[in-house]
Amino acid sequence: MIGAVMRRPRSLQATAALFLSPMVLALAVVAVWPLARTIWFGFTDASLTAPADYTLVGLANYLEVYDGAWYGVLADPQWWQALRNTLVFAAASVTAETVLGVGMALVLNARFPGRGLVRAAVLVPWAIPTVVSAKMWAWMLHDQFGIINAGAMALGLIDRPMAWLASSDTAMLSVILVDVWKTTPFVALLTLAALQTVPRDCYEAARVDGIPPWRVFLHITLPLIRPALAVAVVFRLLDALRVFDVVYVMTGEAEATMTLSIHARQQLVQFQDMGYGSASATLLFLVIGLVTVAYLAVLRPDRAASGQRMAGHAGEAGG
Amino acid sequence: MALAGGGDARAQGVGITISCGALGVELQLCRDGVAAWERETGNTVEIVSTPNSSNERLALYQQILGAGADDIDVLQVDVVWPGILAPHLVDLKPLLGDAPDAHFPALIDNDTVDGRLVAMPWWTDAGVLYYRRDLLEKYSHQPPESWSDLTRIAALIQKAERAEGRDGLWGYVWQGRAYEGLTCNALEWFDAFGGGTIVDGDGKVTVDNRRNRAALTEAAGWIGTISPEGVLNYDEEAARGVFQSGKAVFMRNWPYAWALSQSEDSPVRGKVGVMALPPGGPEGKTTGTLGGWHLAVSRYSAHPEVAADLVRFLTSPAEQKRRAVEASYNPSIPALYKDDEVLAANPFFGQLFETFQTAVARPSRATGDNYNRVSAAVWQRVQDALGGRMAPDAALAALDRDLNRLSRGGRW
Repeated sequence: MIGAVMRRPRSLQATAALFLSPMVLALAVVAVWPLARTIWFGFTDASLTAPADYTLVGLANYLEVYDGAWYGVLADPQWWQALRNTLVFAAASVTAETVLGVGMALVLNARFPGRGLVRAAVLVPWAIPTVVSAKMWAWMLHDQFGIINAGAMALGLIDRPMAWLASSDTAMLSVILVDVWKTTPFVALLTLAALQTVPRDCYEAARVDGIPPWRVFLHITLPLIRPALAVAVVFRLLDALRVFDVVYVMTGEAEATMTLSIHARQQLVQFQDMGYGSASATLLFLVIGLVTVAYLAVLRPDRAASGQRMAGHAGEAGG
Repeated sequence: MALAGGGDARAQGVGITISCGALGVELQLCRDGVAAWERETGNTVEIVSTPNSSNERLALYQQILGAGADDIDVLQVDVVWPGILAPHLVDLKPLLGDAPDAHFPALIDNDTVDGRLVAMPWWTDAGVLYYRRDLLEKYSHQPPESWSDLTRIAALIQKAERAEGRDGLWGYVWQGRAYEGLTCNALEWFDAFGGGTIVDGDGKVTVDNRRNRAALTEAAGWIGTISPEGVLNYDEEAARGVFQSGKAVFMRNWPYAWALSQSEDSPVRGKVGVMALPPGGPEGKTTGTLGGWHLAVSRYSAHPEVAADLVRFLTSPAEQKRRAVEASYNPSIPALYKDDEVLAANPFFGQLFETFQTAVARPSRATGDNYNRVSAAVWQRVQDALGGRMAPDAALAALDRDLNRLSRGGRW
């Protein structure tokens, strides 16, 4: 009897390992291997012209001294500019998307006629492929033909057409706004799903006690949707830090908006420098890892989630 | 036996592949040319489709060639690629006999890397100036004789037309986006003022000089005056969009824009003139950046001789004449610019001939596989000056430092 109890978890584990192994294998092939290769190439002088013909150069792609001058990605002012751009883009777009997304979810969570239709409509920007929407916005923001300039001039907001994407002052702002337009629905969708799991009786109790709505939001809604929101923000943050398509389509390789991904692609594909480009890509990987770890350490969504799980178990036990 | 004389490559029923233009009239021209060669030789050719964007196409070629794969026998290559791809390409000189002698010497020079002829010119291109003939006549101006002349005429017409209510009219549109096209424009300004080719034939960086400072200062003065600020995000098609809808007096573009500006539904049809880009001043000259596409044979091809024969056929005078008459593609053979049929179809070709004689090549041979880095440094610093983030002389000094740094002191 005791033996049977002991054996059962082990066979469960074996079954689990069996079911998981294809997944682990697939991950190793499509994720671990390319990543390892990229890191490896970062220590070589491989060129796209002859990828098999390379020598090890140690850390030269990252930093080296040659004739008294510093070389390597970490001495490349353009890489640092790209890092600044990427962090600004990620911070601004994710913040705006989170605030707007939660607001949108709260509206969609209310009962009103035509709610289903509005919910579907809100998802449209998310459903359009990024390249298509970026190109569409590039035309809408065009200085001569763009509908944005025509509209703003008709309303008297500006007196002459603005070159949104050409001026370095407005290019980053435009790209961020287009990203916000596109991905706010994603945050809204995840938040809405979480909102619908919040028990109605919490709100009823609050209403009976006459608690003002903003305090209800702060003390009941927000803590309960926090785990889902944290997941949404991590997803968005990872996406924003490796952003490529929307920026590349709208402003190409302009310095004012160049992100780390665009920098890595430029080195790897356009300059055929696999070694340097791989070093740039590896640093991008490290930046994403660092930011994500920092975010998780500060917000601890895991603790919030387990807290809620325990509350859930307690509730079950109580019920 | 020399293949140029025709012989053992013929009628073997060999199958080879070619990558040429991906869409539209370019693909159709390639298809027709290839079909004629198939009929003549009894061999078969498969056309491999490649990306339309030239940057992406280069990356694909490099992947295929880097792996030593024989997927493509004949490659259509950009004028700036021979220096990058040379190690993977067959030396065509022993295979083609005296055929190269008929072409512009500058193009054959461009395709000769370390004494090996790695490509053959197929059609050529150079930046040219388009102008609104009707507007110049209306205000009784002659076409500009220098860049400062152009600046003055553009400003005058722009002001006068706007006073008549045409608010959206601009003086001059060109390609200012951060990409290869801006490097072409900048090289034209430099060359027009007599300031050299950014990096000279020996690999020495020559960009920071008095004449280039004058050129860049002139160009930076256009932004927001005769050129919309948005020009800093324009490529060829964006500039053509503005010009062809009648919203600009002058435009810098490639010859392809001519046929389109004369199409049925073009608002500026019959109102457009084409000329060489003007000189920068007394020390300058008319110019145009050299562009165009060439054909090369992969070293990994299983049938290099048959492939070279296809190149010989497609770059021959007869085939280039057909392409010029049917679709205004500029021959790389000087004699065809005096051909009556070619001139009847393209009245402005006589004008372009002069441009090709004085055209300036991008420094792609001197900088080899670093060319794309050089070009990126050029467009970034030039944009800094145009966008007002740096004074023109500071931008050129910075570019000089960038290029010396890139080449680690002129050793490309």
